[in-house]
Amino acid sequence: MYLFIASEIMLFGSFFTAYFFVRIVNGVPWPTPPFELPVFVATINTFILMTSSATMHWATVSIKRGNVWGMRAGLLLTFLMGLAFLISQLYEYLRAGFNTGNGAFPTIFFCLTGLHGCHVFVGLTILAFMTIRAFRGHFTSEHHHGVEIGGIYWHFVDVMWIVVFTTVYIL
Amino acid sequence: MRNPLRSEGEAYRLLWIVVGGAAVIIAAAFINTWLGVAVAVIAFGALGWWLMHEPVPGAAEPPPVVTSETPPGTHRVLVVAPPGTETVSVPDGAEVLVVVPALSSTSEALTGAVDDRRDDAETTAAALGSRLDGARVEVGADDPALAVEDALRVFGADEVLVAGDDGMLEAIRERVALPVSRV
Repeated sequence: MYLFIASEIMLFGSFFTAYFFVRIVNGVPWPTPPFELPVFVATINTFILMTSSATMHWATVSIKRGNVWGMRAGLLLTFLMGLAFLISQLYEYLRAGFNTGNGAFPTIFFCLTGLHGCHVFVGLTILAFMTIRAFRGHFTSEHHHGVEIGGIYWHFVDVMWIVVFTTVYIL
Repeated sequence: MRNPLRSEGEAYRLLWIVVGGAAVIIAAAFINTWLGVAVAVIAFGALGWWLMHEPVPGAAEPPPVVTSETPPGTHRVLVVAPPGTETVSVPDGAEVLVVVPALSSTSEALTGAVDDRRDDAETTAAALGSRLDGARVEVGADDPALAVEDALRVFGADEVLVAGDDGMLEAIRERVALPVSRV
């Protein structure tokens, strides 16, 4: 787990280094006019992702208490909200009005949000398997390691989104 | 150091701590950019300090001491033989279980690259199995004390014999409430 955290820190760290280099060292305006960041959509997405973490936690707590249907509902809601986040992000990309060929700002924007989007996609794949297994009755109050590990990953992805959202969209 | 992703519950807590920290940084940055930078530095420092200093759950508790029960009229011996052991002498008439811990280095254990060490342990186990008539030989965990604990859960022994070095002997003595001696 420590190696996973270290590798993720290095991966995101390299992208954030590029971001700070472009914005602070080179002084590139953020966002570079005439482009604008879709802050409203990203804020809605942030609330979606935070809520999905709450439902993920609900799923884990439920199965620990033996509430199988609570876990199933929690996992399904988490998956749907994660899917909504990803679709919304793709829609945001299509409507952004800029592309990677428009300079350093769009390149860093797509790299950072895209890297996070890849993590969400991996998380959704994990969630899909967890949800299928949950509906097949693979998890009990004694044996729910699969839910626990998937939950840790999902919360980690959400933590990274908070960092990305704060630095890219807000500050 | 506490692992913030140790469990789902702790990861969830970390998320809300990060949300709170981000909110404070954003508020400070809106007042003044450099105030935001200062708050960010303090927030990251505080998070690091917390992770370094908050006690790991269960770390302060003494390790559990394992006991075992032997059926009456039997004498059972658990033998710990590290990889490379060519032979061990065991008491006559005793039921014997030999455990070969798959010893690995710290870097191998951290990276999970223990397949070769397990192969070594299996080779030793096979060799000992062919030399010791009537003894069961198994491969155990990479930690000898843990391998003994695992074995005692399925094999109630009267004593533990160790074919390893002093460090291994002491580590096993600390974890089991049975006579532990060198072979």
